[in-house]
Amino acid sequence: MTTYTTIVPLLAVLVSLAAVPLILLSDRKPNLREFWTIAAGVVKFALVISLVPQVAAGNQPTFSLLDISPGLELALRVDPLGLVFGLIASGLWIFTSFYTIGYMRGNNEKKQTRFFASFAVCLSATIGIAFSANLLTFLIFFEILTIATYPLVIHKESKEAIAGGRKYLVYTLTAGNLLIAATAWTYSLAGGLDFVPGGLLTGVTMSPTSAAILFLLFLGGVGVKAGIMPIHSWLPTAMVAPTPVSALLHAVAVVKSGVFGVIRVVGFIFGPQTMANFGLNEILIVVAGTTILLASLLALSHTNLKRRLAYSTVSQLSYIVLGAALLTPAGFTGSVFHIVSHATLKITLFFCAGAIYVHMHKEDIRELNGIGTQMPWTMGAFTVAAMGLAGVPPLDGFLSKFYLGLGTLEGGHTAALIVLLTSGVLNIAYFFPIIYRAFFRPYEGKKEYGEATPFMVVPLVSTATLSLLFGIYPNLFFGFYDLAVTVSRSIMGI
Amino acid sequence: MIELFQQYYAYWFIVLAMLLGLYGILFKRNLVKQLIGLNMFQVAVILFYVATAVKPDGDVPVIDPEVGAVAAAYMNPLLHTLMLTAIVVSVGTMGVAFALIITIYRRYGTLDEVELLERMK
Amino acid sequence: MTEHIVVLIPLTFLLAALLAPLFGAWRDRAAYWVVLAATFVVACLSLYGLWHVAIEGAVRYTMGGWPSSVGIEYVLDPLSAFFCAVISVIAFVVLVHARKVTPRELPGKEIPYYSVVGLLLAGLSGIVVTGDIFNLFVFLEISSMSSYALVAMGDKRAPVAAFRYLILGTVGASFYLIGVAFLLFETGTLNMADMGRALPLMLDDPNVILGLALILLGLGIKMALFPLHGWLPDAYTYTASPSSALIAPMGTKIAAYGVIRIAFFVFSADYVSRQLPYADLIAWLSAAGIIFGSIMAIAQKELKRLLAYSSVAQIGYIGLGIGLANPLGLIGALLHVLNHALMKSLLFLVAANLRAKVGHSDITKLDASLRKKMPWSMFGFTIGALSMIGIPPTAGFFSTWYLALGAIDKGAWVFVAVLVVSSLLNAVYFFRVIEKIYLRSPDAVDKVEEDEQAPRRLLGTAEVGWSMLAPVLVLAVAIFVAGFLNAWIVETFLRGMVPL
Repeated sequence: MTTYTTIVPLLAVLVSLAAVPLILLSDRKPNLREFWTIAAGVVKFALVISLVPQVAAGNQPTFSLLDISPGLELALRVDPLGLVFGLIASGLWIFTSFYTIGYMRGNNEKKQTRFFASFAVCLSATIGIAFSANLLTFLIFFEILTIATYPLVIHKESKEAIAGGRKYLVYTLTAGNLLIAATAWTYSLAGGLDFVPGGLLTGVTMSPTSAAILFLLFLGGVGVKAGIMPIHSWLPTAMVAPTPVSALLHAVAVVKSGVFGVIRVVGFIFGPQTMANFGLNEILIVVAGTTILLASLLALSHTNLKRRLAYSTVSQLSYIVLGAALLTPAGFTGSVFHIVSHATLKITLFFCAGAIYVHMHKEDIRELNGIGTQMPWTMGAFTVAAMGLAGVPPLDGFLSKFYLGLGTLEGGHTAALIVLLTSGVLNIAYFFPIIYRAFFRPYEGKKEYGEATPFMVVPLVSTATLSLLFGIYPNLFFGFYDLAVTVSRSIMGI
Repeated sequence: MIELFQQYYAYWFIVLAMLLGLYGILFKRNLVKQLIGLNMFQVAVILFYVATAVKPDGDVPVIDPEVGAVAAAYMNPLLHTLMLTAIVVSVGTMGVAFALIITIYRRYGTLDEVELLERMK
Repeated sequence: MTEHIVVLIPLTFLLAALLAPLFGAWRDRAAYWVVLAATFVVACLSLYGLWHVAIEGAVRYTMGGWPSSVGIEYVLDPLSAFFCAVISVIAFVVLVHARKVTPRELPGKEIPYYSVVGLLLAGLSGIVVTGDIFNLFVFLEISSMSSYALVAMGDKRAPVAAFRYLILGTVGASFYLIGVAFLLFETGTLNMADMGRALPLMLDDPNVILGLALILLGLGIKMALFPLHGWLPDAYTYTASPSSALIAPMGTKIAAYGVIRIAFFVFSADYVSRQLPYADLIAWLSAAGIIFGSIMAIAQKELKRLLAYSSVAQIGYIGLGIGLANPLGLIGALLHVLNHALMKSLLFLVAANLRAKVGHSDITKLDASLRKKMPWSMFGFTIGALSMIGIPPTAGFFSTWYLALGAIDKGAWVFVAVLVVSSLLNAVYFFRVIEKIYLRSPDAVDKVEEDEQAPRRLLGTAEVGWSMLAPVLVLAVAIFVAGFLNAWIVETFLRGMVPL
C-alpha cells in the first residue's frame, strides 16, 4: 500500500458544495438549478471513478488540508472501503437527481431550491465521510451531514414533519456528542486518530471496563445513524421527508455513513484483535441480531409502504453491522458488499414507493391492489429489488448474504446464522403481500393512470438493473467485490 | 483571647464594620440603605489598608533630617497613596449609584426593593 | 517604538472617551466617529502587538520611567495581547453595527453613550495590559463603572438592574482589594512579576491563602461564576442592544482574564490545583453554572434574556478550562474566550437587528415571515447557534474539543459528561428559536410576504441596512475561519501563553 498526494479527493468532496451557491442563485430558473445539481453529480461521480484504477492497484490517494487541531490533520484518504461508499453515494446521487426532478415537479413541492441545496451539502458531507483519513475529519463531516439533513427532514413543514425533525435532531445530536467524547478519549489513549486497518487501538492497554465504555460511546455515536436498536426510532419518523430523501439519504447516504462508521470503528479503530479480546464483538452481534429480527417483525406490522421500507432498512443495516461484528474475512467481505447491494436494492424500492405516491397518491399497502397492471415497470423493478433483499439469486443481495452466512460459519456463530435465515423468511413475508396485491389482485380504480414520468421510471429501472448486474458480475465497472475482499484482508491482516 | 483582641483591636473593628456593611447590603430593603451598607464595606477596606500602614512610633512619612531615611521610623506611605486612589474609585461608584437611585425614584416613585419589584411588573 | 503600543492601547480609548463629548458638542455624529476611529486604531495596534509578541516575546513599559519596583509597569505578553486583540476587534465590529442602532434605541443619549463606551474599553484594555495588581483594580472599577452606566441606559427597568449590578460588582471589587492587601503585606510589592517571584517562598502562609481566596471570590463575582451570577441576566436583558452586544462578549471574560493572570502567572497552576482546592472548586462551580445557565436559558421567552443565561453557561466553559488547570484545558478556555466573543456578539447583534426590524425580540412571537424579511440576519443567527451547540467545523466545536481533551487528560469524566449535556441543552434552546424563525407559519396578516414571486434583493438594504448587516455576516464568516484556523491560532498564539 502506497499513498500519494492528489487533490482529487478534495475536489470530489467540494464539487457539490460549490454547486450550492449556483443552485441558490438560480432560484427562479428551475431548469438551470437542476442542471447544476446534475452537473455536480456527474462531475463528482467522474472524480470518484477516476480514483478507482489507483485504489484497485493498491495505492491510496491522500490529501491533507490543514491542521485542524495540533497534530491532527483535516485529511482525506481514499482507501478501498471509502471508495466503495464514495462510489455508491455519488453514483446513486445522479439517479436520485433525475428522480428528484420528476418527484418534486410532479408533486408541486415548495422550497425546491432549499431542497436541492441541502441535498448537495449532504452529498459533500457523505463523500467527506467516505474519504476521511482520520476520526476527527470523519466526525466533522458526520456532524455536517446531521445538520444538512435537517432541512430535508422538515421539508414539508407540517406539524408531523417538524416533530420528526425534532426527534431526528435529538437522536443525531446526542450521537454526535457521544462520538466527540469517544474521539477525544481515543485521542488521549492512542495519541492519534488515523484509521489504521486492523485497529488503531491494537496494543493500547485498556481496562475491560473502559474498553467497553469506549466501545459503547462509539456505538452510540455511529449507531444512531446506523439505525441499530434501541436507537433506531428516528429513522421511521424521518420518513415524513420527501421520498427522494428517504431513497438516497435514508437508504444510502445517512444510514450508510452510520454503518460505514461501525465498520470503521470495528475494523480501523478497535481492530478485530481488541474487539475479540474484550468480547466487544459479542455485544455487537447481540445488538445487530436483535435489530435484524425485531425490525423485520415491525416491518410486518406496518401497512404504510414507506414505513415498512424504513423498518426493512433498519433490519438490513444491521446485516452490515453483524457482518463486521463476526470478525471474520467472509464477514467483512459480506458486510462491505452489502453496503453496495442494499443501496441499489433499497433505493429502487423507495423510488417505486415515491413513484406510486406521486402518480397515484397511494401510500398504504392495502390500496395497492392491481397496481402492477397500471405501472408494470415500476412494480417490476419493485419485485426485482424485493427479491434481492430477500436474498434470491442472482441478485446482488444474494451474494452479500451468502458471504455473511459464510462469515457466521467461519466465526462459529450458529445463532447468527439462524438469525440470518429467519430474517430471510421474514423478508419474504413482508414483501410478498405487496407483490401479490400488485399483480394478482384486480385493479379497483377507474382511471387509467399508466406509468409515472420517465424522470422517475428510468432511474428506478436502472437501479434495479444495476442490482441484477452486480449480482451476476460483482466486479462489473468498479470491482466492488475485489474492493470488499481487499478491505476484509486489510482489516484481518491476511 | 483578650490579648488577641487587644493586639489587633483595630482589625476587629474593621471586621465589624465590614459585617455591618454586608448586613446592610443583604438585608435592607431600601436602596439608599443598601448603598450606605456598600459604602461602609468600602470604607472598612480602606481603613484596613490604612491600619496596616501604622508602625509603632512611626512618624508622618516625610523624611525628618534628624532621623534620616530609616524605613522603620515612618508609617508606610504606599498604602495611603493607594487608598487615595481607592477613595476616588469609591466616590465614583457612589456617584453612579446615586444617579441610578435618582433615576429609579423618578421612574417608580419608590426606593423600597419589594415595592419596586411589584411596580416593575 | 513598539514598547509604546502597550500604553497606547488604553490611552487611545481614554483619549477617545474624553474627546467624544468635545467633538459631540461640535457635531452630534462626530462623537461616534471619534470612538470608532480610536477603536480601529487600537485594533490595528493590538493585532500588530499580538503578532510582535508572538515572535519577539513580551514587551514591557515602565510608566514615567520609574523602575517596576516603584512605579507601574505595563506588560504586553502573549496573554494580554490576545485579550487586547479580542476586545478591540470585537468592539470595532460592534461599534460599526451601533451607528444606526444607537440613535434608535438611545435617542438623545448618543454622545454620553459613546463617551462611556470609550471609557469601558479603556478600562477593559487597561486591565489586560497592566502589570500591577492594584492598577488592575483601578481599571477593573473603571470598566465596571462604565458598565453600570451603559446598563442603566436601557429600557425602563434598566436602572434597577444596573443598581443591583453595581452593588454586587462593588462588593466583588472590595473583596479583590482586601485580597490584594494580604498579598501586599506578605510580598511587599504590587508588581505581578515581582510578586510571582516572591510568592513561592511563602505559599503556606495563611495570609497568602486567604488573600488568593478573596481575590478569586471578588473576580468570581465580576465573572458571574455560578452561583455569583445573580446580577447578569437582568443587566444584559434590560440594557440597550448595542450595550449588550458590547458588554456580553467581553465584560465577564475580562474577570476570567484576571483569574488566569493571578492564578497561573502570579501564582502557579500547581499551587492552585494541587496544593489548594481552588481550581477544583472553580471547575465544579463552572460545571454547575454550565448546566444551570443552559436549563434557565431553555425556560426563557425573550431572546436577549436567553442569550444572557447562555452567557452564564458559556462563562462556565471558560471557568471549567481554568479549573482543569492543565494545558489543554487552559487552551480550551482561552480559545473559548475568542470563540464565545465572536458567537455572543453575533447573536446579540441579531437580537438588535430583530428589535430594529420587527420591534421586539420575543421568541414566542417569532415566525417564519422572518426568513423572508431578514434572511441574512437569520442566517447569521443560525451559524452562531450552530457554533454555540458545537457543531464542527464552527469555532464552538473546537473549544469544546480542547476542553474535552483537557478533562479526559485529567480523568475528570464528569466534566466530559457536562460538556456533552450542555451541548444538547444548547441545541434545545437554539433549535427552539431556529424552528420558529424558519418553520412556524406566520399569522395570516403576513402571508403576503410568502409570495414566492415577490422581488427579492439578494443582499441588503431590504433587511436592516448595511451597517447592521455587515457586522453580522463578518462575524458569521469569522466563526468558520476561527474554526478552520484553530490549530494555527493555538500553535501561534495560545501555546506561548500557557504557563504550564
